[in-house]
Amino acid sequence: MTQIQRLKRLRRSMLFLSAQRPALIKDAYIFKPDSLLLDLEDAVAENQKDAARFSLYHALKTVDYRGVERVVRINGLDTPHWQEDIRVAVAGGADMIRISKCETADDVRTVVRHIEMAEEEFKSEPGYTLVMAALESPLGVLNAYEICIACPERMVGVAISGGDFRKSMQTKYYPGGLEMLGGRATMLLAARAAGVQCFDTVFTNLDDIEGFRAEVEQNKQMGFDGKSLISPRQIAIVHEVFAPTEKEIAEAEKIVRVWRENSAKGIGVFSVDGKMIDIAFIPGAERVIMMAKASGLYKGDL
Amino acid sequence: MKNAVNREIPDELLQNGRKPFMGSGYYDGAEHQKVAPVVRAREKSFESKVLPSIREAIQQCGMKDGMTISFHHHFREGDYVINMVMEEVVALGIKDVTIAASSVGAAHDPVAEYIEQGIVVGLQTSGIRGKIGEAVSNGKLKTPAILRSHGGRVRAIEQGEVHIDIAFIGAPTSDCYGNARGVGGKSDCGVLSYAMVDAQHADKVVVITDTLVDFPNFPPSIQAVNVDYVVVVDAIGDPKKIATKAARMSQDPRDLMMAEYCAKVIAATPYFKDGFSFQTGAGGPSLAANRFLEPMLLEKNYKIKWIIGGITKPAVDLLNKGLVETIVDAQDFDIDSVRSVQDNPRHFEISTSQYASPGNKGAFVNKLDFVILAALEVDTDFNVNVITGSDGVLRGAPGGHPDTAAGAKCTIIVTPLVRGRMPTICERVVTVTTPGECVDVVVTDYGIAVNPRRPDLLAALTEAGLPLKTIEELKNEAYQIVGVPDQVEFYDRVVAIMEARDGSILDVVRQTKPMKL
Repeated sequence: MTQIQRLKRLRRSMLFLSAQRPALIKDAYIFKPDSLLLDLEDAVAENQKDAARFSLYHALKTVDYRGVERVVRINGLDTPHWQEDIRVAVAGGADMIRISKCETADDVRTVVRHIEMAEEEFKSEPGYTLVMAALESPLGVLNAYEICIACPERMVGVAISGGDFRKSMQTKYYPGGLEMLGGRATMLLAARAAGVQCFDTVFTNLDDIEGFRAEVEQNKQMGFDGKSLISPRQIAIVHEVFAPTEKEIAEAEKIVRVWRENSAKGIGVFSVDGKMIDIAFIPGAERVIMMAKASGLYKGDL
Repeated sequence: MKNAVNREIPDELLQNGRKPFMGSGYYDGAEHQKVAPVVRAREKSFESKVLPSIREAIQQCGMKDGMTISFHHHFREGDYVINMVMEEVVALGIKDVTIAASSVGAAHDPVAEYIEQGIVVGLQTSGIRGKIGEAVSNGKLKTPAILRSHGGRVRAIEQGEVHIDIAFIGAPTSDCYGNARGVGGKSDCGVLSYAMVDAQHADKVVVITDTLVDFPNFPPSIQAVNVDYVVVVDAIGDPKKIATKAARMSQDPRDLMMAEYCAKVIAATPYFKDGFSFQTGAGGPSLAANRFLEPMLLEKNYKIKWIIGGITKPAVDLLNKGLVETIVDAQDFDIDSVRSVQDNPRHFEISTSQYASPGNKGAFVNKLDFVILAALEVDTDFNVNVITGSDGVLRGAPGGHPDTAAGAKCTIIVTPLVRGRMPTICERVVTVTTPGECVDVVVTDYGIAVNPRRPDLLAALTEAGLPLKTIEELKNEAYQIVGVPDQVEFYDRVVAIMEARDGSILDVVRQTKPMKL
């Protein structure tokens, strides 16, 4: 994968796992999420950070995750842990670091500086370790655009963290998500303006399957790339909801094919089934094909 | 010589008509004469068969050195009966005893001591766990233990391969003539299916109960016409361990994923249609398959015609919701199934012969569409081991596994690819308990393998888009994760014979060498 492909890869489902629990992290790829979020932060007890780092490092070094992206969530910049977290993640060869409680572009730059140091220390490929930022406060959301553009060569995107955000907004979870509307929409605008990805928060009530599905459907409607998850049981629903319909797939396939034929002939604007198509449609159509492939719905040769 | 599952069977065992396993269904259609027991007729009027103690019953039965006595395992790990009887047998100085039980477990650890002392010299069972398993594996039993499936046990008794001198049948309720039931007492186990064949074929039959009820105790599971004596004791077992609380449906995502695969496999086969029949084991993923089956039934507006087997709450729930028409029951695993067989008119008790015997004129298993079963190991020939652990020690139960696998149109084995550091899918199982030719699909957390003997199922599952792999691919993946295990080391001495359903020798278990680390 090129760096661009790595930055833009499909991330519908990002499954949180505590790095403190080897039995969980040893083969969670069997659940086939797009990404695994190996957590050194809240899921790990304060006096177990060392043990979790140890397990994490060895998992990253020895386990073949079969193409599933490995993201490490590091502790906040206001803790004594984050620098060592970054060293472990880089030394282990993690694909990405998720910055928790990110509030400013400077936070991103600070983390990136330490990643650069670690990449040098452990002789890793410079620039390999991607970053994403978790926005957990109103300030973080308001600074979203600056955060999104702080490090274009490494920045995958932003995720909102509902628990802390709702608390700061003096509210709680409501079905329908009106309490999160401002935060989600602001972050989405910033991410799209910066051309990075955007992820929604976790849904914590595992037994409320209908509520979860409704939230995922809303995520898709709003334009999110994916969602953070707390249980493997949530993965299938996200993939199902995000999967394109047969009609969408057929349409996308046609657009991409006709585009390729026409652009070879030097034609920029053409029509497919009566609709005017130009280059602006191509990334969307290619994305549909990518989603369809990931969902096992497209077996064509595109 | 090598048998049909490529296992070396020592020639000295192939005597007195014992044959190596020739393949499943080899004796289909063969005729045999059933044996019948000695019966002491009671022509005159008499009031009661109740005796004051187990010791008295043993004496009245004329028990002598070298006899074979039988037990059932409906009380599972809560059973007191085997230990109570054996204590008296030993106290009476009787030696060279053979125990023919439908299963033995950790509840019977004291028996291991009698094996060590040379008092118990033979063991025939469909399950072996705890210290008895260790004692046998360590070569303490004088003669090789004989391990049979539930159906195979019935067949062996009916064909006279095991002659039961005295059957001791623990019963939750009995009347003074020995009409015995699995319900109505302090320690209900629901059904007495395993004991029925013993009652019909043992020379002497003793019913042991802790709840004597008025005559007649009807409808009886064990009929008084087959019973010689009744003994009343304080407790036949620990009710909490006999009918346990229903196992909580597994919430483990790995179990649930495998359970969902099982349900999808079922849905993808041609046998998934209105009115199919079904059995699951009581393990985590097998049990959880019920949960995924339900929405599939509702979606298609299908009903299950009948569910068979060891019965658990999920089956009872489906019956109560009207999604299953009939339950036929040979063992109950929880309070819900015990209550259901007592109260629900569509929930029937059957004998183990009706359930699974390959020696009668057609058991229920022969009409099964689907069975979902667990495994300790599965090898690349699809042979399954459910009896010996990764250290070679006896610690499992063939139970109805070989019977249902042989009978069902679609036999699904569900198991995680690895357990701890042990590969479950391996090159060669330690012991073959169910021959690979009876296994159709293996479901793991890493993918699903179809037996190449079933190209029809392979096509159906491919069409359904299930994550298919070959059994070799699964084995390689397991070895890649945990490494290739060293072979377990055994002495030459055979400590147990694993019989196929038809009585031929499927495999042998040898004495384990002490482990060196």
